[in-house]
Amino acid sequence: MTVALEPRTTARPLPTCKVALPAAGLVVVLVTIALVWGTAWRLLSATAAGTSWHLFYLVVGLLAAVGVLALLRPALHSLAERGRAGTALGSQDLQAARIHRSRCYTSAWVAMGWSAAAVLVVAVVSFLLANDHAVQKTFLSPEMLSQSWWETTKAFRTNVFIAVVAEVIVLVWGLLLAVARSAPGRAGRPVAFLARIYIDAFRAVPGIIVIYLIGFGLPLAGVPVLSSMSPTWSAIFALTLTYGAYVAEVYRSGIESIHPSQNAAARSLGLSHGQTLRSVIVPQAVRRVVPPLLNDFIGLQKDTALVMVIGTVDAFTQAKIYASNYFNLSSVTVVALLFVLITIPQTRFVDRLIERDQRRQGR
Amino acid sequence: MAFLEINGLKKSYGETQVLAGIDLAVEQHEVVCLIGASGSGKSTLLRCINQLETIDEGTIRLDGDVVSGEGVDVNQLRRDIGIVFQSFNLFPHMSVVDNVTLAPRKLKQATPDEAERRARELLDRIGLSARADAFPDQLSGGQQQRVAIVRALAMQPRVLLLDEITSALDPELVAEVLDIVRELARDGLTMLLATHEMSFAREVASSVCFLHQGRILEQGPPEQIFTDPTEARTKDFLQRIIEAGRL
Ligand SMILES: Nc1ncnc2c1ncn2[C@@H]1O[C@H](COP(=O)(O)OP(=O)(O)OP(=O)(O)O)[C@@H](O)[C@H]1O
Ligand SMILES: [Mg+2]
Repeated sequence: MTVALEPRTTARPLPTCKVALPAAGLVVVLVTIALVWGTAWRLLSATAAGTSWHLFYLVVGLLAAVGVLALLRPALHSLAERGRAGTALGSQDLQAARIHRSRCYTSAWVAMGWSAAAVLVVAVVSFLLANDHAVQKTFLSPEMLSQSWWETTKAFRTNVFIAVVAEVIVLVWGLLLAVARSAPGRAGRPVAFLARIYIDAFRAVPGIIVIYLIGFGLPLAGVPVLSSMSPTWSAIFALTLTYGAYVAEVYRSGIESIHPSQNAAARSLGLSHGQTLRSVIVPQAVRRVVPPLLNDFIGLQKDTALVMVIGTVDAFTQAKIYASNYFNLSSVTVVALLFVLITIPQTRFVDRLIERDQRRQGR
Repeated sequence: MAFLEINGLKKSYGETQVLAGIDLAVEQHEVVCLIGASGSGKSTLLRCINQLETIDEGTIRLDGDVVSGEGVDVNQLRRDIGIVFQSFNLFPHMSVVDNVTLAPRKLKQATPDEAERRARELLDRIGLSARADAFPDQLSGGQQQRVAIVRALAMQPRVLLLDEITSALDPELVAEVLDIVRELARDGLTMLLATHEMSFAREVASSVCFLHQGRILEQGPPEQIFTDPTEARTKDFLQRIIEAGRL
C-alpha cells in the first residue's frame, strides 16, 4: 500500500471579520458599567452621611464609577478596527485586513476579560452589602477590627514562634527520615523499614489528633521530661512529628529524582554512600524540592492554629475570645489576614531563590 | 602475573547473561581497547571492574591482590581504578575545580589547598585553567569530558577505565578529548577503554579485544585485529564498521 505524498492545494481562506464579537464586547461593557454604578449607589446610600466611613465609601464609589468607564476604550477600539478591517477587505488588501481583524478581536476579548473581573468585584461587594450590611458588619466591622487587631497580632507571635522552631527542626528531621528510608544494604533494611512505618503513620493521622495526643496524653502519662513541656513546646513537638513525615517524602522524591549516574560518578571516585549523599545527591535534591518544601511549610504555619485545642493562646484563641464576647467575627478576619500576610513574602522569596539558581546555572 | 587480571568473570541481569566468562590480562603501562557491537557487554565489563555492578562469578586481581568478592573495600579499590563515563556525569552544582577536588578532599588524599593546587595544575595541562570556576553546564561537551577525565585523574588511579568517552560528543569535539587520552598513554598510564573510534584504537592500543555476546572472542595487537582477524565474527563486525565509514 502506498500513501501519496502530495502537497495540499486548497487556497488559504480569505479573512472575514464578524461583527458579533465586537458587538458582544460593547454590550458586556455597558452591562458592567450599569452594575458598577448601581452598586456604588447602594454603597453610598447604606451609610449615614457625616461619618468618616461615609467619606471613605464616597471616594471608593466615585472612583469605581469613573474607573469603570475605562472599559469603553477597548470596546470602542474593537468596533473601530472592525470597520477598518471591512474597508481593507473591500480594497482587497488581505494583509491589512488580517491585522485589523486581529486587533478587533483582541480588543473585544480585553474588554470582556476586564468586565468579568469588574463583575466579580461587584458580586463580592454586593455580598458584603447584603442583608443591610450584615455580612460586612460580621466579618469586617470597623469598630471590632480596630479594637481587636493589636491583641490578636500580639498573640500571633506565638504562631510564628511555633512555626519557625518547628520548621527548623523539621528540615533536619525530615532529611534524616528520608535518608533512613533509603538506607542501603542488609543492615539498612530494618532502619528503612522503621522509617517507612513512621512516615506512613504520621502522614495518615490528622495533625489535630497528634497535637491532642501529645498535648494531653504525655502529661497524663507522666512521661519524664516530655510531660513537663509547656503547651507551646508540645505543639512544636507534635507539628514536628507530623510535618517531619511530609517533608521526608518531599526530600525522598528529590533524592530519587537525581539521575543514578550522579551516584555512580561519585561512588566511582571512592566516596562512600554517606559521602555521596552529603556532597552530591542531597545538595542537588534540596534545590529541586524548595517549592514543595515551601508548600508543606505553609501548611505547617496554618496548622499552628490547631494548637488552641490544647490551650495554647495563639492568635486564633485570642480572636475567638473577642468573637464570643461581641458576637462578631472581625477579629477572626484579622487572623486570616495575618496568615495571608506572612505567606506572601515567603512565596516571593522562593520565586527569587529559584530564579537566582537558574541564572547561576546558566539556563 | 599481569597487573590487572580478570578470570572467568560472569554477570547476568536476571535471566539474560551479559558477560559469559571474561578472561583478560592488562599489563602495567598497557592500553587495551575493547571493541564490539552495541550490547556486547563492554560497558558492563568496565562497570564490573570498577564494582559499580556486582559480579556473579570470577575474580578480578589488581597487582596480584584479589579485589573482587566478599570483604573487599570497594571504596578503597575505586581509588586505584578510576572510570570515565560516556555521559561525563560531572556534578552540576559544583564548579569545575570543586568537581575535581571533591574526592581528594573528602577522602583525605590531600589538604584542601593541596588538592586545589593540583586540580588547577591538571586543568592547566588540558588547557582549561581559565574555566576552573565555571559550572559544568557552561562548558561544551568536549570541555566537560576533559574535566571528567581530570576528575578521575585527581585520585591518581593506577588503572583508568574509559567507557566510550567520545560517543556523546559532536565530531569536532572528539579530537580534543582523544588528545588527552593519547597523552596519558604516552605517560604510561594503564588504561582499559571501550571505544567505537577504530582508528584511534589502532593508534594507541597495545592490544585490542573483540567482545561478542559477553565473551572476548579474539584478542591481539591492533595491526593483526584490524587487518587480519582470525574470527569470522570479527571480520563481519569490522566490515560493518568500514561500510559505515568509521575506519
Ligand atoms: N541494568 C541493566 N539491566 C538489565 N540489562 C542490562 C543492564 N545494563 C545493561 N544491560 C544489558 O546488557 C547488555 C550489554 O550492555 P552494555 O551496556 O554492557 O553493552 P555495550 O557493549 O556497552 O553497548 P554500547 O556499545 O551500546 O554501549 C545489553 O543487552 C543491555 O541491554
Ligand atoms: Mg556501552
